[in-house]
Amino acid sequence: MSGHHHDDHHHHHDDDHSELSETQLRVRALETVLTEKGYVDPKALDAIVEAYETKIGPRNGAAVVARAWTDPAFKTALLKDASKAVATLGHVSRVGDHLIAVENTPATHNMIVCTLCSCYPWEVLGLPPVWYKSSPYRSRAVKDPRGVLADFGVSLPNETEIRVWDSTAETRFIVLPMRPAGTEGWSEEKLAELVTRDSMIGTSLPKTPDAK
Amino acid sequence: MDGVHDMGGMDGFGKVEVEQNEPAFHERWEGRVMAMVRTIGANGGLNIDTQRFSRESLPPALYLASSYYRKWFLALERSMIARGMVGADEIESGRSLRQSPPLPRGTFSMKDVERVMTRGSFGRDPAAPPAFKVGDRVRTKNIHPATHTRLPRYVRGHAGVIERINGCHVFPDTNARGEGDHPQWLYTVVFDGSELWGPDSDPTLKVSIEAFEPYLERA
Repeated sequence: MSGHHHDDHHHHHDDDHSELSETQLRVRALETVLTEKGYVDPKALDAIVEAYETKIGPRNGAAVVARAWTDPAFKTALLKDASKAVATLGHVSRVGDHLIAVENTPATHNMIVCTLCSCYPWEVLGLPPVWYKSSPYRSRAVKDPRGVLADFGVSLPNETEIRVWDSTAETRFIVLPMRPAGTEGWSEEKLAELVTRDSMIGTSLPKTPDAK
Repeated sequence: MDGVHDMGGMDGFGKVEVEQNEPAFHERWEGRVMAMVRTIGANGGLNIDTQRFSRESLPPALYLASSYYRKWFLALERSMIARGMVGADEIESGRSLRQSPPLPRGTFSMKDVERVMTRGSFGRDPAAPPAFKVGDRVRTKNIHPATHTRLPRYVRGHAGVIERINGCHVFPDTNARGEGDHPQWLYTVVFDGSELWGPDSDPTLKVSIEAFEPYLERA
């Protein structure tokens, strides 16, 4: 596993390796078989891969958070029914049903996990990162969330309630982090730059104006 | 099933390692697997609960040693072979060697792409009103089905409170067995950390699961 392929994914570097991995060969074989059987059109597979590489990612969620920080009516609607509220934002990709936004406050910090597999709000955050799908995160988040936060370099006050949401069904969660101090009067676009993917999973906090 | 996939609360896996500037896919094949799984699912070949159950059913050592997309691939391959959609000999030879039944919704083509970019809806009409209301104290049942369930081990037999009612949804436990939707009310049930992990738990911890009504009884 190496991380460089994405720099130049149109060239399909893995095709250049003299020795193709067994998994790679089997995946290619399965795709050929499915194509020949008329199950899939490989062009449709290309389009799906490309959408996740270029269009669907945490910037979508960041736009939602920035809107909630600047528009109280939108925030109320978001916390009431996130699927409906996000759908009103034209520039964010379509969302499915049962998206739930949970709000961080000085009293409560929310964290999202899926202990059983890796359920994640793809439409607003893109594909889940490897750590979210990993055994260390899935095993520890529900038992030792402060230890997990420490792995991310985050330390919260001792009295803050930590609320962990285990995504065990087809509801999906996004954390609405607290707006950083010192951002009064900022535009939505500028605020969105402070919203990190991990702050919407609850393993981190938004960037602060000075750390930007 | 009581498998290794059900890892909430297990110790010994170590620190969470974060990769900076992680790409969408680390290898080209990962993207192909993701897309194949989505398309076969979207056109009615394998439902999501069937696919989850086949991942959980991978041998434990293989499950733990495999990356996310490798698990997806191994489970996809096994499920499709088990249902006669493809033959092991066909994957071996990299060619279709015989006709197979078409997908219920036909070939997945460009016109279907937009549809798959939005998550499917699992909400269904209820057959009866919800048995519990917000604020009710409930206990999760101590059940250990050998088949697919979405009730994690670490909450079984524990008492919590109904916090939200999230509508009526496809019941994964029956859907995974090919027995249909059997829609059930879905609740957010919240537990105190000490109820789950005992007196040494972080006193500020609360954990919730999304629980289908058949998992719950009045506490």
